[in-house]
Amino acid sequence: MIVASVDFQTLSDALGLGAIYALMAVGIGLVFGVLRLVNFAYGQLVMAGAYTLAFTSGWPVAASIVACFAVVVGLSLAMDRAVFRPLRGQSPAVMLVTTFAIAFVLQAIALIVDLRDNTIGEIASSVAPLNRSVSVGGVDVRKITIVAVVVAAVALALLALLLTRTTIGLHTRAAASDFRTARLLGVRANRVIAFAALLSGVLAATVSVLLTVQTPFVSPDFALRDTIVVLVGVVVGGIDRLWTATLGGFTIGFASGVINGALPTDKTVYLPSAVFALVILVLLLRPAGLFAWGRHAAAERV
Amino acid sequence: MRPRIESAVELIGPVALVAAVGLVATTLSRANEIYALNALVSVAIVVAIYVFVGTSGVLSFGQISFVAVGAFAAGIMTVPLESKRGVLTELFPFLRDHTIGNLPSLVLAAAVGGVFAFVVGLPLMRLSGLAAGIATFAVLEITHNVLREWTRIGPGATTLSLVPETVGPLQATLGAVVAIVVAFAYQRSRPGRLLRASREDPAAARGVGVDVHRQRLLAFTVSGALAGFAGGLLVHLLGSITTEQVYLELTFLTLAMLVVGGLTSLWGAVVGALAVSGLDSFLSQAEQGIHVGVKVDLPSGTRLVILGALMTLVLVLRPSGLTGGREFGPPSRMRR
Repeated sequence: MIVASVDFQTLSDALGLGAIYALMAVGIGLVFGVLRLVNFAYGQLVMAGAYTLAFTSGWPVAASIVACFAVVVGLSLAMDRAVFRPLRGQSPAVMLVTTFAIAFVLQAIALIVDLRDNTIGEIASSVAPLNRSVSVGGVDVRKITIVAVVVAAVALALLALLLTRTTIGLHTRAAASDFRTARLLGVRANRVIAFAALLSGVLAATVSVLLTVQTPFVSPDFALRDTIVVLVGVVVGGIDRLWTATLGGFTIGFASGVINGALPTDKTVYLPSAVFALVILVLLLRPAGLFAWGRHAAAERV
Repeated sequence: MRPRIESAVELIGPVALVAAVGLVATTLSRANEIYALNALVSVAIVVAIYVFVGTSGVLSFGQISFVAVGAFAAGIMTVPLESKRGVLTELFPFLRDHTIGNLPSLVLAAAVGGVFAFVVGLPLMRLSGLAAGIATFAVLEITHNVLREWTRIGPGATTLSLVPETVGPLQATLGAVVAIVVAFAYQRSRPGRLLRASREDPAAARGVGVDVHRQRLLAFTVSGALAGFAGGLLVHLLGSITTEQVYLELTFLTLAMLVVGGLTSLWGAVVGALAVSGLDSFLSQAEQGIHVGVKVDLPSGTRLVILGALMTLVLVLRPSGLTGGREFGPPSRMRR
């Protein structure tokens, strides 16, 4: 039985992973909302942040984290300015493939930078202490799990406030639901897109800190697999709306955490097939997303 | 109605270009020949992807699955019996105890790819947009997972080697030409044009009675058969293959080739595949230092950066690709 072997430890780890994936899902969903662009290079933003943390390992933790945010947000804004903006309104295939190309470039640059010391991979040690565990009611919980869940909850709450209570947030939501009409009503497209890129960058930087604490070994394909899994989760959840996308990201993170923790490794060889078969089934039954109900479920986008 | 001669020009352009690359390949040294042959096999793969993605406008990350099954089917059936019995001991007896020639193995690869695509497409072709993209990606993941783990049908996670390297300049060129001719015949046919109509306006196409699901399924199957065939060429070119070689990287690279060339034309598929492979081989030569008038000597690792940056640049400056998504033809009628 699978259920029997799920203990509290596994659940708490899964919760932490779900929280991190939810943040990534929001970052991808925000940009998709305003640009209709699936940013495959999102994982490379996280990777760049992780490298920043690794290279600033000697610095005080706070300075290291600030540097990480600066690099990732700067990169996200640069990506928006140099590539997303000129491509606005192009077909989804062209935009997606362009982000492949950017991901490819960033990964190749990371490889060159990384190989200066002739070994692949760097260790981000300054944030590692967060990985220690504390005992909660007799169960060991890694500090980072608590931090991840709290940070994700706070970040999502702040984001919700920002999107519902400020003018720029209102503009962003308007642009996400109908870009052309929003522009006709005076929403400034470039500002909204830059705002989405900024938020998306902040979220990516947060994710790099959280992920680097969990896996301090940073290599050029850092967060690549996570990004793919989150993208699947986001589409399965329903990419058209931010909260369904977030829920999709959380669900797939939580599910992979539970499955990986619960099954012995020799039983998991065909697990990816089973999971992806389930993904296909969900998409066939609910093409607009698992959590998309009502009129949104009927609308076929892209 | 276009005059017949103009439609013939649309076919002659890509075929002539591929033939030229094949001719150049025969003049190259053994070490450099592989670049040209790789480019020709890439043409076959990208044309296969074009038949579905370009004609239907539905994004698929799954076509490399059909390349993979084609490559492994053709590879396993042509490994000499003695070595197969010695190395691939866990195979099903009918796979282990039979072997076929090179040409039949290419036909087999096309058949396996086509049947697999048909079976997968039957449910999946109801999807479009991102859902289709993710679902086809799931097919790629499942194919990779099963090929990697199931040692009754293949070498599993180890390398499949000792496949006869029968693909030289002639076979690679002919292979690419076959893919182009099939794709051309398909896109000129009635089903091809119906699917194209549905790409431009799905609602209108449905309105005039086009069965979009059925047309997509047909294109997906043709594309799968061509992809399987291209996989057969690939394995007979390399002589050995692992599941990792027909997985994510090849998927992204070939899709990038198609989009860089121009998603909506056969000419774009051919030009994109040749341009990106050509650039890639030039840059990998340049990393080792070559003379082209001036001495070019790149620090190692810069190849991927330049390749990716140039692809980004092309897509930003010319989002509809190098060919603008148009077919080959004289400049005067360079419009759709």
